[in-house]
Amino acid sequence: MSADQVAVIDYGMGNLHSVASALEHAGASDVLVTDDHKLVREAGRVVFPGVGAMRDCMAEIKRLRCDEILRELLRQQRPVLAICVGLQALMSSSEENNGVDCLDIIPGEVRFLGEPLLDSAGQRLKVPHMGWNRVRQQRDHPMWRGIEQDTRFYFVHSYYVQARQRSLVAGSTEYGVSIDAALSRSNLFAVQFHPEKSHTAGLQLLRNFLSWSGAE
Amino acid sequence: MSGLATRIIPCLDVDRGRVVKGINFVGIRDAGDPVEVAKRYNEQGADEITFLDITASHEDRDTTEHTVENIAREVFIPLTVGGGIRKVEDIRRMLNAGADKVSINTAAILNPELVREAAQRFGSQCIVVAIDAKRVADVDGRARWEIYTRGGREPAGIDALDWARQVAALGAGEILLTSMDRDGTRDGFDLEITRVITDAVNIPVIASGGVGDLDHLADGVLKGGADAVLAASIFHYGEYTIAEAKAHMAQRGIVVR
Repeated sequence: MSADQVAVIDYGMGNLHSVASALEHAGASDVLVTDDHKLVREAGRVVFPGVGAMRDCMAEIKRLRCDEILRELLRQQRPVLAICVGLQALMSSSEENNGVDCLDIIPGEVRFLGEPLLDSAGQRLKVPHMGWNRVRQQRDHPMWRGIEQDTRFYFVHSYYVQARQRSLVAGSTEYGVSIDAALSRSNLFAVQFHPEKSHTAGLQLLRNFLSWSGAE
Repeated sequence: MSGLATRIIPCLDVDRGRVVKGINFVGIRDAGDPVEVAKRYNEQGADEITFLDITASHEDRDTTEHTVENIAREVFIPLTVGGGIRKVEDIRRMLNAGADKVSINTAAILNPELVREAAQRFGSQCIVVAIDAKRVADVDGRARWEIYTRGGREPAGIDALDWARQVAALGAGEILLTSMDRDGTRDGFDLEITRVITDAVNIPVIASGGVGDLDHLADGVLKGGADAVLAASIFHYGEYTIAEAKAHMAQRGIVVR
C-alpha cells in the first residue's frame, strides 16, 4: 500500500482535475485520478467525487463496479472523502431523474430543494442553491480542525441529503430547508459543498483530510 | 433573509490568452496574464471568476484551454468560461480544462436544444446562459427588451423575458444578464430588466453591464433583485478592490462572504 497516495475515483462524470489540483495544493504529494480498483485499493486515502445527473452517475458507478470498492473501503480504516454527488450517491435513493436507487450505504433520501423554496420570512429562494453558505458544525471532528464555526463553503446543487440517522450529521446548512452539509461515519466524511472550490476553508478541510487517521 | 452570500464576480476579457481592457493592479508583474489577475481577485475575496474569451479566430482557442487549465490549477474558487462556445464538444473541453461552468449565448439562440442537451449531459449547475438585452420601444406603456447576439451587434428578434423563461425551462442553471444599453456606460445596471427577469425565473440571475461605482453593485441586489453581480472595469482599473465592494455592500445590509 502506498500510504501517501490519494486516489480520486474517476467514474467518467465531469472534471476531476480541480479536486486533484486542490489536493496537491493542500499538500498531497501523490494524487491519482483513476478507475482502476487495484490502484484505489493500494492508495492510503480515497476521494469519491461526483458532478452531474444522478441517473448517469449511478449507471457509471455500477458499470465500473465502484460500488463494490466503496463498500470494501468503508469496512476498513482508510479515510474516504465523498463530495457533492459522491455524497448523494451513498444514500438510499434520490428524487432526481424521476427517482433513482442509490447505493444505500447511508440510509436516507436525496430530495429536490423544491419549487417554490421559501426562507423563514416567506421569501422565495432560487434553485440551484448556488454560492457560499454557512456550515454549522454539529459536532467535533478531525475534519473540522482549524475551521471556524459557521464558515462559508461553496455549494452548487438542486437536490439535498437527509440522513435517517441524525447522529451522522457533522454539519448542516440552512437554505429554506436544513441541508445535511456533512455526514460522517467511522472512516467516511461526506460533504455536499465543494471543498476544492471553497478557497481557504476548502483547502483547510482537504489538509485535514490528508492528516486524518480515519477515526472519529 | 437567507444565509447565502450574494456573489461578487469580477470578469476578465481574454484575447488569445491575454487579459485585455486596462488592467491597473499594483504589484502584479504581468497584468496581462489571466492567471496572475485571477489569483489577485481570488486573494481579494472574489466569490467566483468569469473568464470571457473574446478571441476571434478558432485556431487560437487552444490557448484559451491552456489558460483555463492554468487558472484552475491555482485558483480554488468557481470559474465560469464564456465566449465562442458552439457545441456540446466545446463545453466538454472547457469543463475538462477546469471550468466549473460554461456560459452560452449565441449558440443557445441559434439552437435552444443545445441548452437542454448540455444540462442533461453535464448537469444544470454548470450551464449558464448569457443574455444580452437591449430596451426596445415600449408597447402600451410597458418596457420591453430584446436579445442581441454576436456581442450585442445583431438583434435576434426575441423578447428577453420570454427567452429567460425558455432557457430556465430548458435546464439552464443560471442566467448572466447584460444590459446592452448600460454596458460600458458606468451609469449602473438596468435595474428594471434585472428585476423583471429575476422575478420571472427560479434560477439565479447575475446582473451585468454598467457598473461605475459600489452603490451600483448594491442597487443591483437591493433594487434589481440580482442573486450575483458582475463587473469588470471598476476592478480592472484598480478603482476598487473586491474587499471594498464587499464592505460597501455589507454596509447597505447585503449578506456577503
